[in-house]
Amino acid sequence: MKRKINLKNYPNKSGHFDQFGGVYVSETLIHPLKELFSAYKKYATSASFKKILNNELKDYVGRPTPIYYAESLSKSLGKSHIYLKREDLNHTGAHKINNALGQALLAKKMGKTRIIAETGAGQHGVATATACARLNLKCVVYMGEQDIKRQSVNVYRMKLLGAEVISVDSGTKTLKDALNEALRDWVTNVDDTHYIIGSVAGPHPYPMIVRDFQSVIGHEARNQFKKDYNCLPDYLVACVGGGSNAIGLFHPFLNDKVKIIGVEAGGSGIKTGKHAAPLSAGSPGVLHGNRTYIMEDENGQIQDTHSISAGLDYPGVGPEHSWLKDLKRVEYTSVTDDEALDAFFTLTQKEGIIPALETAHALAYSFQLAKKQKNKKILLNLSGRGDKDIDTIAKLTNIKL
Amino acid sequence: MTSRIPHIFESNKLKNKKTFISYLVCGDPSKDFTLSAMHTMSKSGVDIIELGIPFTDPIADGPVIQKSIDRSLKNKTSLRDVISLVKDFRKDNKDTAVVLMGYMNPVHKMGIVKFTKQINDSGIDGVLIVDSPPEESEALNKHLKKYKKSHIYLASPTTTDQRMKSISKKSSGYIYYVTIKGITGSKLSDVSSIRENVNKIKEYSNYNLPVAVGFGIKDSNSARKMAKFSDGIIIGSSIVELIHKHSKNKKTMNSKLSSYLSSISKAI
Repeated sequence: MKRKINLKNYPNKSGHFDQFGGVYVSETLIHPLKELFSAYKKYATSASFKKILNNELKDYVGRPTPIYYAESLSKSLGKSHIYLKREDLNHTGAHKINNALGQALLAKKMGKTRIIAETGAGQHGVATATACARLNLKCVVYMGEQDIKRQSVNVYRMKLLGAEVISVDSGTKTLKDALNEALRDWVTNVDDTHYIIGSVAGPHPYPMIVRDFQSVIGHEARNQFKKDYNCLPDYLVACVGGGSNAIGLFHPFLNDKVKIIGVEAGGSGIKTGKHAAPLSAGSPGVLHGNRTYIMEDENGQIQDTHSISAGLDYPGVGPEHSWLKDLKRVEYTSVTDDEALDAFFTLTQKEGIIPALETAHALAYSFQLAKKQKNKKILLNLSGRGDKDIDTIAKLTNIKL
Repeated sequence: MTSRIPHIFESNKLKNKKTFISYLVCGDPSKDFTLSAMHTMSKSGVDIIELGIPFTDPIADGPVIQKSIDRSLKNKTSLRDVISLVKDFRKDNKDTAVVLMGYMNPVHKMGIVKFTKQINDSGIDGVLIVDSPPEESEALNKHLKKYKKSHIYLASPTTTDQRMKSISKKSSGYIYYVTIKGITGSKLSDVSSIRENVNKIKEYSNYNLPVAVGFGIKDSNSARKMAKFSDGIIIGSSIVELIHKHSKNKKTMNSKLSSYLSSISKAI
């Protein structure tokens, strides 16, 4: 493959990854987004900011997270080796805290006193509420009414942490509608409020900022793997909803000779139309401030999504993923609800690690890969722990808690 | 046909009148109602109709317009339907300008070439895409210019002076000045800063481009206040609310709408 461009140098100045990304917002948000970009360039790239953030990540979050070789799991599958980047061991139980803490620190630097966030599974909401408690910032989290029902434990956690959780009952009552409502709040309260988007979606500079804060995953993993195994992995695998944990792992490896695979939520199966896999079965369009692959009908209306996992239940995806798909640098595929559920039980029983249902999608694909390949090293981003999904799992298996 | 909008502002100016712009969502409660309401608007002093294209994720709109869009989407109103409704409207009306207002994705899906051609074929005068600032709409701008249609851009309280200058060069027909930081249906803030910004934009365009103000105008009183220093006023949420309130009876809807709009028209 001919590759002269440095894949790590994007987005360009206007916030585009070639035809993807950009700033599709109403005029009122243009200036705040430019302010955010300037503040990010000024503070977040400075040595003093990095030092503060790194200390927080070390002492408060518990980084670096280990890479764990899942030996008995690997042996049960065949002759390949599965390694887990244990983002589930972070404080609050998922990778989301990396970005929430980084952006909350940035908001402080910008003199903002109020933080808003959207959340699907509740992991980003919990991470943001945590960062706000830690840094003494007011916190409001928007969450779809349907997700509030699915993730009651996380709702309670956010409230305990002092956040106000606002139920969103418009549209499909899930993540995309929570994002709409957060954007409306931001446009109204833009003077004192910073919006911490939880994924690599949204208008520029969000996809870049969130990616950069999440890239700590990939940087660590790359160094750890080199040090412990004296090589790079053959495969990287991560689940993709908006795609923040995936890009966090992938980005530092983009110029390496490593095969990279993103796994979307196949729901009841791509053919049934009931899924949340825009990269596998969508088309380029404009949603939430950027141009990217989306799920839409023939009239350009955004379609309902279906996934067992609230965190993947989103009709769009970060624009950088769309770009990497079209460049064929990353391969995107999907697994169904049932496959993810099987993988959830397998990891729990073989390794004593309960994964989040989002992460279970990446696991399901890795298991298929490990069965097919021989002597390959597969590094998977274990993006979150599954405690939050216990209710869902119990219900699905007819167990009353 | 060239956009009617520049001529409308000019002739109102000669009559010492301000231009009256009204918004409604196409297809709520039905296309038939929308068509009827559009005719009532033009008979009650409205000069320009902003016809809303429904979209599932209207991030700049408040609850009133969101709910109206939801109802319209339940009726499966598509961009194609919106365009063909204007064609029907043109059978009986050649004077009132019509601007399509909405979000980028339905336009993107149809394709800009096809969209602008249909705009031209259907007697539509201009386009306002809320989530496509000048940076993201060069292609749309080029194609609208080709057909001599108006491409209306927004300016807001957060728009910097430098940007206002550039927007006043790129916009055509009029500039839609958003009076508040917020979504549609919010309350008006202080008048003096709105006046200051409107005057700035006029200056930047060498007084060649009209500035209409919208967001937060609900009655004759607020309309009169805003009309004093702008070239036109825009009312949306209150109209959408009124149509919804009388959605069971077309006759009542038309008569209530007519008296509401006439009172505003007289005030400006």
